Amino acid sequence: MDVAVLGAGMHPWGKWGRSFVEYGTAAARAALADAGVDWREVGSVVGADTVRGGYPGYVAGATFAKALGWQGARVASVYAACASGAQAIATARAQILAGLADAVLVVGADAAPKGFFRPAGGDRPDDPDWLRFRVLGASNPAYFGLYARRRMAVHGDTPEDFALVKVKNAAMGALNPYARYRKRVTAEEVAASAVVADPLRLLDICATSDGGAALVLSSMEFAHRRGVTRPVRIRAVSTVTPRFPNTVLDLPDIATDSAVAVGAPDETFRASIARAAYEEAGAGPGDLSLAEVYDLSTALELQWYEDLGLCGEGEGAKLLREGATAPGGRIPVNASGGLASFGEAVPAQAIAQVCELTWQLRGTAGDRQITGARVGISANQGLFGHGSSVIAVR
Amino acid sequence: MPHTRTPVVDGWFAGEGDGFRLLGTRCSSCATVFFPREDVHCRNPHCDGGSLEEVPLSRSGRVWSYTDSRYRPPSPYVSDRELPWEPYALIAVELEAERIVVLGQAAPGVTVADLTVGMEVEVVPGVLHEDAETAWTTWHWRPTGVRA
Repeated sequence: MDVAVLGAGMHPWGKWGRSFVEYGTAAARAALADAGVDWREVGSVVGADTVRGGYPGYVAGATFAKALGWQGARVASVYAACASGAQAIATARAQILAGLADAVLVVGADAAPKGFFRPAGGDRPDDPDWLRFRVLGASNPAYFGLYARRRMAVHGDTPEDFALVKVKNAAMGALNPYARYRKRVTAEEVAASAVVADPLRLLDICATSDGGAALVLSSMEFAHRRGVTRPVRIRAVSTVTPRFPNTVLDLPDIATDSAVAVGAPDETFRASIARAAYEEAGAGPGDLSLAEVYDLSTALELQWYEDLGLCGEGEGAKLLREGATAPGGRIPVNASGGLASFGEAVPAQAIAQVCELTWQLRGTAGDRQITGARVGISANQGLFGHGSSVIAVR
Repeated sequence: MPHTRTPVVDGWFAGEGDGFRLLGTRCSSCATVFFPREDVHCRNPHCDGGSLEEVPLSRSGRVWSYTDSRYRPPSPYVSDRELPWEPYALIAVELEAERIVVLGQAAPGVTVADLTVGMEVEVVPGVLHEDAETAWTTWHWRPTGVRA
């Protein structure tokens, strides 16, 4: 069930003020060059849509295909908010495994607005995302603040623990040429930054960024024909939805499901995202060399440690303080620098996670290299109930 | 002064003073409660679907978590850009009988310093914003026993 990762490419994250098409096309050209594959050989292109620019990213796949030069490839485009990139990878993989294409180009790119993300305009009371802004003014950081406070109350996490996540990720981001923020940060600097959504401060919360990421995926046979005998392989792609009742308040909802008729499931939605990936890969947390998780906030990174099974419930901060998730630790997390160093370029982000896994598993991650990396997992969650986790091996 | 009072969303709450309640719906077949209300079909996948009947939610519950908005939220949130931004608290409240967590703004004057996870709060009528003609009404959460 493996597909090969032949190439990975990115456009640096930042606030460049140019079109997402430019970022995506640059990332695509880099991935094709990395793969040694001519664009004209690509049988299918899958785009992860941005909601910026109208017509969800000009219906992304075709816009990138046009920019690269029409060559008649099959096209698909997907949107799943933050999980869009994983769905693009899942679509490409399904086409390869079904024999519909030998080599598929996956591209996601965004040009983000300044400040808070906001819903599309108009008067749209049927849209939960519109409603939470209209009725509550509940921005994304407000939800991150709720989760962080809940962890403090239930698990005893502290703002100092949260700051340590930023310190760790900023140190790695400083080594990553694709990261937007390349400066180390101290715990004192986090504590001195403005509170955005109590208890979280500006440096606890990821920015919104421009950026682009791309992958060239292929069948194992195609890779072998190209003389790539030991490619990085994608072994699992989890794109699960929650199970009723979803009892953790999720973006953009105003309330949870009620558990009065059916009891809460044994595991949360986020934990089920990882479990589905582990089951598909025939692997478990003990097999991992590294993880790339969606640190929309510092506190959320700690939550992912537990949801990925890297430690028990409530033990995320302890795992961090022990240094287990730093380079040289048992299970380094966000060796790329994470969203803390990138900021979020929504449709590119889950693809960028897999780019980092690819470079780490190849042993070509430069100063960020995790020694002997063999198995990596990525995890993220998209608005409205989109799971996203990829396991890659070499 | 505005001369009409209009709910920011129709059918989500009703009543005055101590009689004020959030309104959800309950499936007549499986008893699952929905807020925001579901009026078309029960979302419990194990239920064949009964009729959905309007039901008031519990008046009080316990704080699941809380935060605040130190920066002005983007539109469609409405605020007077002529005035400096005044942060307000947001509270997620667990209703025991319905086994549901409902988010809402805190009543004016309640700050995060007044709140702890697990404390009891009650739902009270509030005003989201006012314009020349209309006071747009909403629900607020307020620590039980605190009077405005």
